[in-house]
Amino acid sequence: MASSIEMSDVTVEPMVRNIDLRIAAGEAVAFIGRSGAGKTTSLRLINGLVTPASGEVRIDGVALAKTDLIALRRRTGYIIQSSGLFPHRTVLRNVATIPRLLGWDDVRIRDAAAPLLDRLGLPFAKFASRYPRSLSGGEQQRVGIARAMIARPSILLCDEPFGALDPIVRRELQEGFCAIREEGNTTIVFVTHDLAEAMRVAERVVVFDGGCIVADTPARELPRSDAAVVRQLVAAASLPS
Amino acid sequence: MSTLAADVLRATGEHVIIVAISVIVAIIAGVPLGIWCVRRAAAGRAALRLVDAIQTIPSLALFGLLIPIPFIGGIGMRTAIVALILYSLLPIVRNTVIGIRGVDAGVREAGVAMGFTPRQLLFEVELPLAMPSIVAGIRIATVTGIGVATIAAAIGGGGLGTLIFRGVAMVDTRLMLAGAAPAAVLAIVADVVMTAVERRLER
Repeated sequence: MASSIEMSDVTVEPMVRNIDLRIAAGEAVAFIGRSGAGKTTSLRLINGLVTPASGEVRIDGVALAKTDLIALRRRTGYIIQSSGLFPHRTVLRNVATIPRLLGWDDVRIRDAAAPLLDRLGLPFAKFASRYPRSLSGGEQQRVGIARAMIARPSILLCDEPFGALDPIVRRELQEGFCAIREEGNTTIVFVTHDLAEAMRVAERVVVFDGGCIVADTPARELPRSDAAVVRQLVAAASLPS
Repeated sequence: MSTLAADVLRATGEHVIIVAISVIVAIIAGVPLGIWCVRRAAAGRAALRLVDAIQTIPSLALFGLLIPIPFIGGIGMRTAIVALILYSLLPIVRNTVIGIRGVDAGVREAGVAMGFTPRQLLFEVELPLAMPSIVAGIRIATVTGIGVATIAAAIGGGGLGTLIFRGVAMVDTRLMLAGAAPAAVLAIVADVVMTAVERRLER
């Protein structure tokens, strides 16, 4: 079951100030903005990796301060740019991390992991027993996606997961991500500074600048946004004519 | 068997036992101390400085300092073992700290974000990834311990040093070598074996 996320007047000095945000259950939202704009901090507030100095974060209406963070994190997928794969564990053991914490048996883990890895372009038979260091950056990110999604999380947090990949692999992974997203019942928050990526993976875009939210718009209307940061990002991304 | 061969065998056995007991105790105390040093940054720095200071005391001086202490001191093997434990502490504590601190921040964060408890994070992520470094610390402690243990004979600690000191006193080169050569071989064997273990862990 997807969860709703609310932030009211949340401040974490000096990174974010007075953030007010409501994300409905099942919504896919992208946070965009320049580096240091407060996107990542806002994302990390959601699973309690960052604690607000003031204000309140609520998941399904319950304040995070009153929530069992360990339990919340086990139903929250988390994908980061550096992949964060455990180097001492095989692909299968990495993907099995949350299922094992939840007490799934090996058969159930395998039955869930095999089709997921196959769909992400990592044939189970070939990849299950390999170690992360023998994989390319793109392959590691695919494992990261599988690891975050295997237990059908109610929230999926992504922090520039494809930031270090070449544009072609990046596009492939965006498509793979969207396909898997379609079948899950998950609320998605996706941090990126790539406008095209934001429009592809999300239906709503929240624009950050200097630790504040400066725009909040449906994804398809993003190019017409009058936020100065958006215009700068569009200008910076355009090809020379 | 000649008496000399029997002496060498007995002294080698003693030597191995002294070093083994010391290193095992130092592991049991040092690894948790290292973990604690990582968790409490300020107190950890103080603890590391203390362990570091102990290491800088020359070995014969450390034996001299321990002898007058009641219960743990005195002449004999017990004092030797206490001194060796103190010496073995530094490499083990320090390498535990280095190993855990060296765990990639993204890997640690991923563990926290997936709902590991601090205990699960320690046993499933931090310690396994720190293991090559910890084993390197144990190797250094063992090799150093084998060397320092030869000096322990000066305070009646037994071991191969007994033969060396006796050889020196009697100006008997054969006797000196009968103590020195096995000590050197022990150190080299320990180094080679534990380096192999380290390599295996690093994969």
